[in-house]
Amino acid sequence: MKRGFHMKKKLCGLLFTALLTMAVLGGCADGTGESSGDNSSGEPKGSIVVGIQQDIDSLDPHKATAAGTKEILFNIFEGLVKPDENGNLIGAVASDYTISQDGLVYTFTLRENVKFHNGNAVTAEDVKYSLERVSGLLDGTPLISTLSAIQSVDIVDEKTVQVTVGSANTELIYSFVASIIPAGSGESAEANPVGTGPFSFVSYKPLEGIVLAKFADYWQEGLPQVDEVNFKIVNSADTALMELQGGTIDLYAYLTDSQAQALKNSHQVIASPSNVVQALFLNNAVAPLDDVRVRQAILYALDKEQINDFVGGGAGTLISSAMLPTLKENYVDLNDTYGTTANVEKAKELLADAGYADGFDLEIAIPSNYEFHMQTGEVVVEQLKAVGINATIQAMEWGTWLDEVYNGRKYTATISGITCDMTPGYLLNRFQTTSKKNFINFANEAYDALYLKAQETLDLTEKAEYYKQLQKILCDEAGSAFLQVPANMTAINKDLMGYKFYPVYVQDMSTVYFQK
Amino acid sequence: MIRSKEGMSNGKWNKYFVAGLVMTGFAIVLGIVGIFWTPYSTTEMSAAEKFAGPSLGHLFGTDNFGRDIFSRVMQGLGTTISISSLVVLFSGSVGILLGAVTGYFGGLLDEAVMRVTDALNGFPSILLTLVIISVLGSGKQNVIISLGLVFVPSYVRIVRSEFIRLRDMDYIRRARLMGVGKLRILFVHILPNIFSVFWVSVMIGFNNAILAESGMSYLGIGVQPPDASLGKMLSDAQGYLQSAPWYALAPGLTIVWVVLGFSLFGEGIRRWSVSRNG
Amino acid sequence: MKYFGKKLITLIMTLFLVSVAAFLAFQMIPGDVVTSILGTEATPEREEQLREELGLNDPPAVRYFHWIAGVLQGDLGVSYRYSKNMNEMMPVAELIGDKLPVTLWLALVALVLIIVVSIPLGVLWAGLSGGTHAVQTSEGVRRWFGRAGHILDAALGVMTQAAMAVPSFFLGILVTYFFGIVLGLFAPGGYVGYEENFLGFLGYLVFPALSIAIPKIAMTARFLRNSMLTELSSDYVRTAYSKGSGKHRVMYGHVLRNAMMPVVTFLGMIVAEIVAGSIVVEQVFGLPGIGRLLISSISTRDFPVVEILILYITFVVIFVYFLVDILYRVIDPRISGT
Repeated sequence: MKRGFHMKKKLCGLLFTALLTMAVLGGCADGTGESSGDNSSGEPKGSIVVGIQQDIDSLDPHKATAAGTKEILFNIFEGLVKPDENGNLIGAVASDYTISQDGLVYTFTLRENVKFHNGNAVTAEDVKYSLERVSGLLDGTPLISTLSAIQSVDIVDEKTVQVTVGSANTELIYSFVASIIPAGSGESAEANPVGTGPFSFVSYKPLEGIVLAKFADYWQEGLPQVDEVNFKIVNSADTALMELQGGTIDLYAYLTDSQAQALKNSHQVIASPSNVVQALFLNNAVAPLDDVRVRQAILYALDKEQINDFVGGGAGTLISSAMLPTLKENYVDLNDTYGTTANVEKAKELLADAGYADGFDLEIAIPSNYEFHMQTGEVVVEQLKAVGINATIQAMEWGTWLDEVYNGRKYTATISGITCDMTPGYLLNRFQTTSKKNFINFANEAYDALYLKAQETLDLTEKAEYYKQLQKILCDEAGSAFLQVPANMTAINKDLMGYKFYPVYVQDMSTVYFQK
Repeated sequence: MIRSKEGMSNGKWNKYFVAGLVMTGFAIVLGIVGIFWTPYSTTEMSAAEKFAGPSLGHLFGTDNFGRDIFSRVMQGLGTTISISSLVVLFSGSVGILLGAVTGYFGGLLDEAVMRVTDALNGFPSILLTLVIISVLGSGKQNVIISLGLVFVPSYVRIVRSEFIRLRDMDYIRRARLMGVGKLRILFVHILPNIFSVFWVSVMIGFNNAILAESGMSYLGIGVQPPDASLGKMLSDAQGYLQSAPWYALAPGLTIVWVVLGFSLFGEGIRRWSVSRNG
Repeated sequence: MKYFGKKLITLIMTLFLVSVAAFLAFQMIPGDVVTSILGTEATPEREEQLREELGLNDPPAVRYFHWIAGVLQGDLGVSYRYSKNMNEMMPVAELIGDKLPVTLWLALVALVLIIVVSIPLGVLWAGLSGGTHAVQTSEGVRRWFGRAGHILDAALGVMTQAAMAVPSFFLGILVTYFFGIVLGLFAPGGYVGYEENFLGFLGYLVFPALSIAIPKIAMTARFLRNSMLTELSSDYVRTAYSKGSGKHRVMYGHVLRNAMMPVVTFLGMIVAEIVAGSIVVEQVFGLPGIGRLLISSISTRDFPVVEILILYITFVVIFVYFLVDILYRVIDPRISGT
């Protein structure tokens, strides 16, 4: 009996110890949970955390090609010109520029008092170096394809640089957003990125993010407003939602509709049109899609409104050709051509005409890292079922997609998005028969001829007119099933003010500030 | 003393066995029915019924496309069970063959096979499947192939060690002396005697296959949408944890149910064989 | 000594085989490194330049030998994907050195959780269940718990079975939901770097570690209980009792110590598993450890990083198994060297 009691006490103690340990662990967890909460709200108001979708692909502004990288580097680097929030160009490193009548000579006047983050003033030498580097004049490797048109860069005087190009192109000026970097910095070892932007580079950690600090000598008075910006890589939109709720990030621009709904009361939630054209791309060179009637049947079968409702919460803008509605002068609304809801009869009729009355099998390749495209795929498969097309989804890694679909063109149909820069011709350019980027194998002589005309003309109204005709051909010939321009759903901390939306991939943090 | 003896006798394995049988039986029936018939269409979408909570009409509620989650769980269960069965069938039979031959004969072949299984064992299985899927591409067949390959070594090890243990047993020696053929010794004299051990590892293998399949689908490299799979449903549901927790709970708990069922079943078999042999 | 030599040769051979296999697998994976780095917007000249920089124009065999020669000289190469600064790519050693502590600390926190919970639990449970020949030992416990003891014993059996049946990603989701969203104990995804705030870092790690630990706790507790029950029913325990040794001495001096030996080796295997790659849990909780690095490196075809990570993982697993093997020999000298 006595022994039994002893044993009891011992085990009791053991149990107690175990409970205590758990309690301590629990308590510790509790404490850190709170302190991390405190951290985000108690930090100096001059520091913001912005969630980003992907890791950056290069710290070299000329070599970076991913849109997700460019939107960050916008804060570190500036070109001679840069976009504003309306999609217009404004002077940056250059205060002014003129283009010669024949469109072949660009003369840039450098702005006074523009300094690099290393403290040196920007000189004409730096501009010459930067432009020669991107255009390939330096080592034969052009880094930005449009700027390979540059034939020479000449220093006229300390504050004036003249650029001569091979052929006139009214849209080339948009390419001068290319970053200006200190002469020689592209080749020196151990070089941290140095630019003229409102923020200077502090650190970068793979899988984690990039930290920037306010540049005190920035040429624009009063900017930037915050001391530090931390671009933090967020695993997925799901994590972003939880981080926004937990206060560990202040701003995230790529939420899904249902996530945005969940944040409505706690955050400023704003939908703004993106610069992505989402489409069910059809390979025009592969049977049965080489028959225009089959492609048109697919277009009639799709219910774009339903897609937009399910996947984008109705916030996207429906389109029927390759142009952003935000590029107003150049855009023509062609949504009536096939309608925005399904027309099953018409689709079946066209399929029967083409000899596919019983439908056919269709494999849709989708890059699996894009949840938005994957979900669109599920809806599209269901809609095509109604007209007898038996579609299946083939999810691919991004690398495989690029290799097989985009570059290899070994696919039948794919759902993806193409991003547009500020030039209206950019989206239409790729559908020329021989374009390297024409991954849908669109082949139409009238289109090619018209595109050349559009490129040659120096008259902007005439150019816009050509662009509208090009969009119509692409739509009538059912080059692909253009679906929508999805909206960017941005959630912002309630206390954060001054965020500007750009029609291009840009996260401008210079104007952002915390409300007292 | 009396009570603890009870623990080893017939009373107890029954409970495990019966519980496991009931749980897995229920899941398997539901899954097989799900392959051919579900209460609602598993793909048809309805904007009006997005994120309906569990109710009599929709036992597990509906998802972001307004599809019935119970129907999709049924279909996903069917897919998971059929994939896992094929995986176990493949890796189990290859495992028996390789394990029997290497365990009984030993020698160079044994050495070579063991080195390869060592190397495969060194790899975490998820990594190996990831690499195989990267090479083959995603899709049901490739999931079966890659998991089938990944699970072979575990069976080889078990079968091999059993064959090594049994090959020097007296009754086998006697059979050899009597001039019984090698194949006959391998598959008639030894094989039946390893079944109790083998069945337990089949049950464990089933569980591992189910977990691996749903894990792959969770990572997006398994069964492709719009086909329902439990893992993919879980990863889709993760974004709606707060607004629609039932979406994640339904496929998640289903996986737990099946795996628990199989492990109880396996435990039942083990106890039964212990009580029979010991 | 001969045994160690043989083991070492096996280890080296296995690592070599694995490195060749990984290299070959990489040759077969569709997807070009250069396009996956440069995306759709780069100029053809830039693509060619990068191809040359990465040495991709050499035949595969040459590339493999370049690579392995580098590794043998201690140069692990540079990542294809991650930049160090504007002009240089991140050396693989530095990259992994930066991410490894995350995974190691995660493993450590998980291990502490496992040990702290499972060992008392296993001992207590063994007491509840009682050994064949040690009824007296557990009588106290059983009387103390009375009827509840039976129920608790059975409940622990069911609970541990259930805990082992939960897949890690679902457990991760449950932990996130319950501790993160319902209880608000941590901000999911709100990872803090270890250099930034070490305590915050550890505090965040508790939750992913919990997701790893729960099934392992169940396994270890079951394992310990069973091995204690076996010990309790063995002859020496009876002898000890008949000699009149105190219960505590028997229970903790002999039984627990002997029962712990296999448990320690079991824990060793668990450590290997966690250190080798808590791939899924890192993915669910957004931890920048080597598991996530591995996944993202495979998808971007960052060969130098993937190859080293695979070798590292293989090495850890084989090495820990090796240690376990040695430990067995120390405990039980009867095992002969094969």
